[in-house]
Amino acid sequence: MKALLLRDIRLAVRAGGGFGLGLAFFLIVVVLVPFGVGPDSGLLARIAPGILWLGALLSCLLSLDRIFALDWEDGSLDLLATAPLPMEALVSIKSLAHWLTTGVPLVLASPLFALLLSLPSQGYAPLLMSLALGTPALSVIGTFGAALTVGLKRGGLLLSLLVLPLYVPTLIFGAEVARRGAMGLDFTVPLAMLAGITFGAIALLPFASAAVLRVNLR
Amino acid sequence: MASFWEYANPKKFIQTTDKLLPWLSVLAALTLVVGLIWGFFFTPDDFRQGSTVKIIYLHVPSALMAINAWLMMLVASLVWIVRRHHVSALAARAAAPVGAVMTVIALATGAIWGQPMWGTWWAWDPRLTSFLILFLFYLGYMALWAAIENDDTAADLTAVLCLVGSVFALLSRYAVNFWNQGLHQGASLSLDKEKNVADVFYFPLLFCIAGFVLLFIALVFLRTQTEIRARRMRALLARERLG
Repeated sequence: MKALLLRDIRLAVRAGGGFGLGLAFFLIVVVLVPFGVGPDSGLLARIAPGILWLGALLSCLLSLDRIFALDWEDGSLDLLATAPLPMEALVSIKSLAHWLTTGVPLVLASPLFALLLSLPSQGYAPLLMSLALGTPALSVIGTFGAALTVGLKRGGLLLSLLVLPLYVPTLIFGAEVARRGAMGLDFTVPLAMLAGITFGAIALLPFASAAVLRVNLR
Repeated sequence: MASFWEYANPKKFIQTTDKLLPWLSVLAALTLVVGLIWGFFFTPDDFRQGSTVKIIYLHVPSALMAINAWLMMLVASLVWIVRRHHVSALAARAAAPVGAVMTVIALATGAIWGQPMWGTWWAWDPRLTSFLILFLFYLGYMALWAAIENDDTAADLTAVLCLVGSVFALLSRYAVNFWNQGLHQGASLSLDKEKNVADVFYFPLLFCIAGFVLLFIALVFLRTQTEIRARRMRALLARERLG
């Protein structure tokens, strides 16, 4: 399991630039927003939590098809499936690797991007907390979508259509935590809900992803 | 007493539904005509809403069926996963476009009613938002069916998507409650008589709901038959090509 995790991380960091791409996309989204809505810092501060969450979500989505696609093409997914490792563990490791290579950098970079959008200073801690708690759910749900579309030739667009509706609850609670935090309100309730969704997804979705992957490898 | 599972046999299913379909269709048309004409022409205007109240005869039944169509797909998907009856998977597939259209009808009639009443076509109200999300789920479900060539793989994948989607649709339904306060009024119908709409509106509404339910069943039967026949034809063609 550890070997597989390390292998996936190494592949993501070294080969093909999937690692930096998500961050660069996040940066571009953040840079483009002021062009779209104007440079008024009051307005930017008000929409900053939502923009940051949307940016994180979209750049997460961008890298989803890499989770299984490369392994599917060169056949190593078949090898992994016949390995003694249960399929549920395989997909969990895959989501963990995806989170470590896209989610964690996004979380770490978000304060910098929040600065660009002039987020009020009390909003930083809640933003970080909500992203740190929410991005694992994005990875796990995304793994399910990637497992569904793994066999398809042009699955990219379909993947977004399937995964984005599933992201709705996570986005609602995550952005709500960041928004309330930025306004100096109490954010414990949405934070607890977000944690519930994340842990629920981590606990249950790998079974669905594994079932789907088994069907696709049949 | 014959077992319910006999209808999992495609031949038996087609025989039975062939017998039922004309009756269902006529009954659906009758109840809809009676309900809609009664509702539109023989009920008084509401003293606050004026004649716009009559859109309830389309809005409530279609919204009801939009949700119940998904529920039916969920049950059919479960039956497919557990017992692997092809008719069940095809019925789920057949119901999806019908449910999606019901969702659109509910959203459109709601917008037409909302414009004079709320002063806006659209508001980010929890009920409206969750219906839009439900519509997205229908779209994703149908797109996945269309994208996969192998029938059994498609049936399996969409069945799991339906299960997972149901959980997330429910989550979204309650999450949007948290996110924004509602503009939409509470339910117009309930088993508790006190909370119901007035009887003049209630009885034609019941007819319309019955009509929509019958229409839905008839459409699903018809579309399932089509799917079964299309699949048979594909099998025959494949066999012919093999010689």
